[in-house]
Amino acid sequence: MRLLFHIGRYFMLLKEIFTRPEHLRLYWKRTVEEMDLLGVKSLGIVALLSVFMGAVITIQTSSNIDSVWIPSYVVGFTARQSTILEFSPTIISLILAGKVGSNIAAEIGAMRVNEQIDALDIMGVNSAGYIILPKIVASMLMNPFLIISSMFLSIFGGWLAGVGTGIVSSADYIQGVQYDFQPFTVTYALIKTVVFAFIIATVAAYQGYYTKGGTREVGISSTKAVVYSNVVILMANYALTQLLLI
Amino acid sequence: MIQVEGLSKRFGDVQVLTDITATFNKGKVNQIIGMSGSGKSVLAKCIVGLHKPEEGRVLYEGQSFHDMDRDEKRQIRQEIGMLFQGSALFDSLTVLENVMFPLSMFSKMSRSDMQDRAHEVLTRVNIVDKDGLYPAALSGGMQKRVGIARAIVMNTQYLFCDEPNSGLDPQTSILIDELIKEITEEFNTTTIVITHDMNSVMETGENILFIHQGRKWWQGDREQLLNSDNVELNEFIFASSLMRAVKKAMKNER
Repeated sequence: MRLLFHIGRYFMLLKEIFTRPEHLRLYWKRTVEEMDLLGVKSLGIVALLSVFMGAVITIQTSSNIDSVWIPSYVVGFTARQSTILEFSPTIISLILAGKVGSNIAAEIGAMRVNEQIDALDIMGVNSAGYIILPKIVASMLMNPFLIISSMFLSIFGGWLAGVGTGIVSSADYIQGVQYDFQPFTVTYALIKTVVFAFIIATVAAYQGYYTKGGTREVGISSTKAVVYSNVVILMANYALTQLLLI
Repeated sequence: MIQVEGLSKRFGDVQVLTDITATFNKGKVNQIIGMSGSGKSVLAKCIVGLHKPEEGRVLYEGQSFHDMDRDEKRQIRQEIGMLFQGSALFDSLTVLENVMFPLSMFSKMSRSDMQDRAHEVLTRVNIVDKDGLYPAALSGGMQKRVGIARAIVMNTQYLFCDEPNSGLDPQTSILIDELIKEITEEFNTTTIVITHDMNSVMETGENILFIHQGRKWWQGDREQLLNSDNVELNEFIFASSLMRAVKKAMKNER
């Protein structure tokens, strides 16, 4: 019953969020600010993770297929496939759920306990729309850029580790990256990214918006935002993979 | 004028307010007093529409708030200004942007006109040359004054102040009380102040409603308050030795 209550209230919140905005220009200004906060400021951690994960994928693949029957370009091929299909869209989204999701829940939760949301409601502002919509739009616009950057950096990290340690030649690695490339895999990854961005922003916002109590509860909301958005992302990942790839 | 008729509010199994009926007059500082947990903040939140009561209604100039449609509610909300206990200024906006916020949301004024209006109300509450500061850089008293400026910037008809003196030193409290009283008279607003500060009641209270255990226990003016023989009211107002001294002095004068 409790789960049904939360699902119902989540969808009612979505309805509030997508009610016509009072002042589009102000919403757009806030969206740009959120794009910087949620997107641009996440680039560093995404870049760091991607380079190292690409390097690790390359080294692990190479050490596991140490056979004369398997051509060495398979290392580049595996790095590319792992990165585009799963690592960048899903794992980076899970990381972003931690960074961005907790940020969203904490910010909105603090606004709730400090009565700033009440202040908006009393003024007649659609508080859910004003606070949450820019975050959703910003996440859905910025996350694809983050994920595409992650794909390039992860494949580059793999090349760096492979060539740097001598486990694969630059030519073989690049041949593997280009081998049997299907553009739809990128489309699939970007569809997942946009859906995950929506999940991160809305689940975290839901947790923050309905925070009750004080700073302790803001912390609890922030933790719940990360846990629940991760769970929903994993379920959506399975559903989308089955829908789009099979 | 705001009227409350037979208002009751429950949270789950807890009955917070029971059958409250009261009138809050225009151009006066109306006060809701009571002990912590008596239900006065919940009453105020029911009046401004943040909580929906289970029974009863709230009338703004004779119009029932809860029967209004979305647009009518939005319209009336633009005539309501509220000063919150913690000021509730938006952290990410500067002082000027905070005060301009309601105008930028609802008015069709140009940016320069909005700035002029914001400066006008900021000057009225004695906040000068603080435009670019963020709320965190202001003292508690200044935050309250900016909160008042934001509350009155839209030519407010109804001003709500939730514990305006909490966290302030006595001198600043008096300044805030005087400011609320002046603004009420100047703009002819229906002002409702929720407080348990007896200094504030004695300074500005003109129509005082005492809430006890979620019920309307007593209503009257300052003079009647001091002379009331209501036991619970007396326990509340004469809890401090200062107020007991006031009562003693009054008796001696007679």
